[in-house]
Amino acid sequence: MTKATAKSPWVVHVNCNSCNGCDIEFLACLTPMYDAERFGVVHIGSPKHADIMVVTGSVNHRNARVLRNLYEQMPGPKVVVAMGICPATGGIFADCYNVLGGVDKVIPVDVYVPGCPPRPEAMLDGILEGAAILAQKQQNTPTVKPVMKLKIVKPAPAPAPAEAPAAAGATGEQAVAK
Amino acid sequence: MSTIVPFGPQHPVLPEPIQLRLALDDERIVSVLPVVGYVHRGLEKLAEQKDFVQDSYLVERVCGICSFMHSMSYCMGIEEMMEITVPERANYLRVVWAELHRIHSHLLALGLLADAFGFENLFMQLWRTRERIMDAMEYTTGGRVMLNACCIGGVRRDINDEQKAFVLNQLKEAEAELKRLIPVMTDDYSVKKRLVGIGILDKAAAYAAGAVGPTARGSGHAMDHRTTGYIAYKNLDFEPVVETSCDSYARTLVRCREVYQSIDLVRQALDKMPDTEIKVAYKGKPCGEVAIRCEQPRGEVLYYLKGNGTDHLDRMRVRTPTFANIPALMTMLNGSQLADVGMIVLSVDPCISCTER
Repeated sequence: MTKATAKSPWVVHVNCNSCNGCDIEFLACLTPMYDAERFGVVHIGSPKHADIMVVTGSVNHRNARVLRNLYEQMPGPKVVVAMGICPATGGIFADCYNVLGGVDKVIPVDVYVPGCPPRPEAMLDGILEGAAILAQKQQNTPTVKPVMKLKIVKPAPAPAPAEAPAAAGATGEQAVAK
Repeated sequence: MSTIVPFGPQHPVLPEPIQLRLALDDERIVSVLPVVGYVHRGLEKLAEQKDFVQDSYLVERVCGICSFMHSMSYCMGIEEMMEITVPERANYLRVVWAELHRIHSHLLALGLLADAFGFENLFMQLWRTRERIMDAMEYTTGGRVMLNACCIGGVRRDINDEQKAFVLNQLKEAEAELKRLIPVMTDDYSVKKRLVGIGILDKAAAYAAGAVGPTARGSGHAMDHRTTGYIAYKNLDFEPVVETSCDSYARTLVRCREVYQSIDLVRQALDKMPDTEIKVAYKGKPCGEVAIRCEQPRGEVLYYLKGNGTDHLDRMRVRTPTFANIPALMTMLNGSQLADVGMIVLSVDPCISCTER
């Protein structure tokens, strides 16, 4: 399992506050000239299937919550690769009023790939570095065997028939609340 | 009672975050509310803090896809304000890089559209061809995406004979590849099924919504700002590409035909380029105000600049083409099917980072 994931990491791309420069270079990495798929890298749309998250652009007031949300949806162990200088520090936009800074203010980052935009070769290096970290994380994560617990459910005792209707209503609500 | 379906901000079809709140009646869309702000950085304010020479590099980061055209529009504005006459060769070089940008942007948009309707092979092939254009830009300026080639008073780099031969060769190869690929985009049965008759924007509606660029030209308006002949376009021979079927297919056809047109324009510009200086020195600081327009891959961009005689501008305002196209997009989406939303959005080729800056 560890070997398989490291040799074929699934990548989700999150555009945070990017100017598109890094985005199109990341997409260019996937296409025949640079072809990330030869390393088993598969680009997918849903964070729920992903091992590696590639973030481009810095964080602003509005998308911080979206980024956090997407990160939490990924199954662990997971790796975050920050593509470009904006997700690292804010880059040229660091002084803008709406920029909070690098994405490490919101989620933990494992690999930084600097550049404006980075060269596709550097991006590929970054993803492979991320895959190596992913394998390491997976080794360190103790395997949890699923334990099936049997629960014996006893039938609830039948309610006393003589109770007043108002009191019966109250107990019924309580049972729902429990 | 309609159901609200959020489309975005993270969606496999969208390369950029924008949310469209779609109110649905069954599968039919009754109203659309675009929710923006996910990519807003505050670039216009930053442009006032940096000095006017640094701004020409800053505006390249408005958008990474049409980066050269943004810095070109900005430099044209400052030059008009300071009454600088740009050498003729620099004007031709600007046309070369601007048109290379248009080719790569259109191929990118067509590729993403192909990916969105599930034709991954076509996406990969179009992007393979796009790499030839990226190589040509890298060989002439040193950068693939951010060229930084334009500066106030001209351009920073010249194209020598060897580079010219390289660019022409890349264009020749790219054109040969596109002759095989574009027919797939325009004639394929399954592609037509997804595009023809989808996202109708008739001629009057396009005018009323203020559509620009390929969106307006796909609806029968011969609106191309290049025909006014800024930089060296006045000396080049071309006609605006117009389609009249007003649907997603028409907008796709406009882009397909414009790729060939741009290849031709680069050849003409490289051929007619006079042998002069590429840059002039200038003195003083920008003072006054100016509004300048340029034709970008997605349509017409408007720059408003106001200088006060110091290093820092008083105001810089950018009205980008996608901003103008969002009302048109809403007109198209109203009454269409939920399954077609991806096609319609990508047929406008939205650039959200431009729109929000």
